[in-house]
Amino acid sequence: MSYTIQFINLLAAILLLIVFAMLSQRRILSLINLFAWQGLVLTVSTFVVAYSTGQHHLYYSAALTLLLKVLVLPWLLHRLIRKLNVRWDVETLINIPTTMLVGIALVIFAFNLAAPISQLAEGITRGLIGIALASVLLSLLMMLTRRKAISQVVGFLAMENGLFFAATSATHGMPLVVELGIALDVLVATFIFGIFFFQIRETFDSLDITHMEKLKDD
Amino acid sequence: MIDLQLTALLLSPLLGGLLLAAFGARRWAAELNSLMSFCTFAAAVALTVRVVEAGPQVAFKEQFFIDQFNVFLVALTAFIAFTTSLFSRPYMRIEQDHGRLSTPMLHLYYSMYQLFTLAMLVALTANNMGIIWVAMEAATLTTVLLVSLYRTPASLEAAWKYFILCGVGIALALFGTILLYFAAERVLGQGGTALLWTHLNEVKGELEPTVLKLAFIFLLVGYGTKIGLVPLHSWLPDAHAEGPTPVSAVLSGLLLNVALCAVMRSKVLVDGSLGTHFAGNLMMGFGLLSVVVAALFLSRQKDIKRMFAYSSIEHMGLITFAFGMGGKVATFAALLHMTVHSLTKSAIFFAVGHAVQKAGTQQMENIRGMLQISPTVGWGLMLGTFAILGMPPFGVFASEFLIITTAMHDYPWTTPILLVALGIAFAAIFGKVQPIVFGETTAKPLPHPPALLPVFAHLLLVLILGLYMPPYLANWYRQAAALLG
Amino acid sequence: MENINLTLGILFQLCQSLLVVLLAPLLTGWVNQCRAWLQNRSGPGLLQPFRTLRKLFHKDAVIAYNASPLFRITPYILFGCMWLAAAIIPIIAVDLPFSPAADVIALVGVFALARVFIALAAMDIGTAFGTLGARREMLVSFLAEPALLMVLFTASLISQSTQLPRIVEALAHHQFVLYPSLAFAGLAFVIVLLAENARIPVDNPGTHLELTMIHEAMVLEYSARHLALIEWASSLKLLAYISLGIALFFPHGIAEVGQWGALPLAIAVLLVKLTLAGAGLALLETLLAKMRIFRAPEFLGTAFLLAVLGLLIHFLLGA
Repeated sequence: MSYTIQFINLLAAILLLIVFAMLSQRRILSLINLFAWQGLVLTVSTFVVAYSTGQHHLYYSAALTLLLKVLVLPWLLHRLIRKLNVRWDVETLINIPTTMLVGIALVIFAFNLAAPISQLAEGITRGLIGIALASVLLSLLMMLTRRKAISQVVGFLAMENGLFFAATSATHGMPLVVELGIALDVLVATFIFGIFFFQIRETFDSLDITHMEKLKDD
Repeated sequence: MIDLQLTALLLSPLLGGLLLAAFGARRWAAELNSLMSFCTFAAAVALTVRVVEAGPQVAFKEQFFIDQFNVFLVALTAFIAFTTSLFSRPYMRIEQDHGRLSTPMLHLYYSMYQLFTLAMLVALTANNMGIIWVAMEAATLTTVLLVSLYRTPASLEAAWKYFILCGVGIALALFGTILLYFAAERVLGQGGTALLWTHLNEVKGELEPTVLKLAFIFLLVGYGTKIGLVPLHSWLPDAHAEGPTPVSAVLSGLLLNVALCAVMRSKVLVDGSLGTHFAGNLMMGFGLLSVVVAALFLSRQKDIKRMFAYSSIEHMGLITFAFGMGGKVATFAALLHMTVHSLTKSAIFFAVGHAVQKAGTQQMENIRGMLQISPTVGWGLMLGTFAILGMPPFGVFASEFLIITTAMHDYPWTTPILLVALGIAFAAIFGKVQPIVFGETTAKPLPHPPALLPVFAHLLLVLILGLYMPPYLANWYRQAAALLG
Repeated sequence: MENINLTLGILFQLCQSLLVVLLAPLLTGWVNQCRAWLQNRSGPGLLQPFRTLRKLFHKDAVIAYNASPLFRITPYILFGCMWLAAAIIPIIAVDLPFSPAADVIALVGVFALARVFIALAAMDIGTAFGTLGARREMLVSFLAEPALLMVLFTASLISQSTQLPRIVEALAHHQFVLYPSLAFAGLAFVIVLLAENARIPVDNPGTHLELTMIHEAMVLEYSARHLALIEWASSLKLLAYISLGIALFFPHGIAEVGQWGALPLAIAVLLVKLTLAGAGLALLETLLAKMRIFRAPEFLGTAFLLAVLGLLIHFLLGA
């Protein structure tokens, strides 16, 4: 195994670790910082893949990731929580150990699901799809366990990060036009989420989505 | 070449969106909205004529691909988008008079309406599976603020649920797309062509089956959330019930179809790669489950828009089931059912919109005697209900009959389930709509009849399709069904 | 030749056994000295643990009159277990005569044996503190042990053996490889080390505060030579854990099979590593704050999670 592959494997492992850290993080501010770190790991891994495979469009992807996921989105989120005055909010998370165990089960599930694909892949991509899928599923779990609108959104963005990792590291990047489109969608989605935060707070006086469980089929 | 028609088709909603973003607050915004929708419709007709005559074509460096299947959906989408814009003009004015909507909200509504049409048309015509995904996500983004247009707690909750659930769903679909690319890259090599559907279709036999199998599961679950397949449907009734009625009409009549189109595109590739009925079985399972669960939920609904939203889930389930069965007849029936369901369901939502506006509530027990208040609304609602329940001679009867006879032939065990589910749905909906239309009321009749031209136009088309299928149309559907296998 | 090798082997095994038993108090002294420096104190000097031991050995033992023989023999068992553990972990050479005994699972068993005896002895007198300490000790180790086993399994999977010398050999003599799984295991191991050796943030070795102490609560009733042996055993345990960490994660520089000439160099490298590890431990303890006892399960849960992740990543990435 060359050093590049080892390095990317290490980054993949760190990515998984960050998702687990997000899963157990109570403070919203730290959650956003973790999200920014995740973006940085993604940038570095994309850059390394670009360097080792000689795919030039991946350099653009790396730059785009750095701009969007390390700088713009965290900045936007920081601004939002400052404006909404929820900067120091702490979320009560019930049962972190259970969540972690479910998380481990999800990782095993994802690895098993991706195992046949890993066997097909050669070189750099081996095993990375499993990690990407695991981080997608873990972000999903995070969205399920959270009761605050902002943490749910961070979970959503983290999920997108997992997908992006799958796209860059496992398949050496989708066509640039698709990646640009995805990035645009994510940016617009974040703006709309921001609008929503204000609407929700105006209506419910809180960003707790437990207020929003009225619509049910009785 | 179809470049001209395609450009017109995509440019008119784009231009409409930009114009309405600038002038959406003016008095004539509603007319402009209808005008731009009409331009889109005209372009769609031109495109359809061209494609039905000359066969499948690619355009703009292969980034767009039109065949008989998606051009049929393009025509349907453009038509219903046009009629809905006609309906929404008086409807939204009345909402504004009632004080439920302000001018800035209408401004947002008009511009987003055009952009939503654009996103759907791009999702239908794009050749690149990645672009299809991007357009599907854009369709969610443009409608999510429309669902929460009234800013009530319930509408905010519905919009949030819609956003989060569809966001998660569509993210899974992206993973499926990535897996598809992963498989395609090994055959087609790096670069732009590996996600183009036409190229994938040529080499589908060489794509790695294990990867495609997994990719299809993700794509079906992802886009299935958008179709509203059980158990991923929970956003659908909320979004339909809490959003403005024109939005419910286009969501039900159009967005669900567009998502189904994306699934069908994937199914063709997966079938080609696997050579088994894996994708079909999966779709049949989800479809059957949706039909049964939606039918059971129908009888418990109190909100009229919610009830018809569940009816949409039921019919989308039926269409998915029919596509899943495969074969020329079933696919033909599914395409026909897609058409008649979209037309009927949007007509019903138009009528329901006026009924709700008149009664001032969506609770069915408080809406009574529509026939006395306004015969047009009353008959529109009754006939629409007859049509959606599959009463002859409406077109829904023809398509449902075809689907069930095919199921009886190919998968006999599903027939009783389908029949029972349809029976329950019939009893539930008919039992609830009957008193709404024929019940006694103390409310005064409307001073002037509402403009319900779109309702009767849609119902007339459904009736015609039920009585007589024009050979041109039948031929076109047959070609589309042949493409889907 | 065979004979010479065997003789040399036995000689070096004795040398390692002697080395660890002398190094252990020195290491504790070094950690304390570093902590003192980091906290801007002058510190008692490196040899302070030896002075304490000498003082304790010269005192007369006082034993509660209802103490059973178990209470009396526990210090010897404890000392024996820890000495054995520290002596067989391969830190200077991979093929010493005792090394076949250094199986990772057996090693965990030796630690567990010592733990059971100290907990029983703590409850033997019947004082409230002893029971409380024993309970807490069991809680912590109940959570730390699976994590430790997971860490060891990760290393075993990479080297295809549960024998420590084989693991060390496999890891030390390959070309340099980045193992993400080992990085995770390493983090988990550090947490386990802190918890098992009663260090901050799980326990504070420097205080006798009733509400928070764990290890000190168990040994409150011991005095004189018994206490000296227990203290010495604690230092040996710390040394054993740090040696285990060195063997698993930084084995480079250890003498290879049959290369007796490399031994002096190996010992020098070991001393450097121990010095650095001690300083690192002191730094960690200065930076962290003691956490509430109820938070300890969560802390150790993290260790378990990391270790499991390491294992999973090994399976997936094969690294």
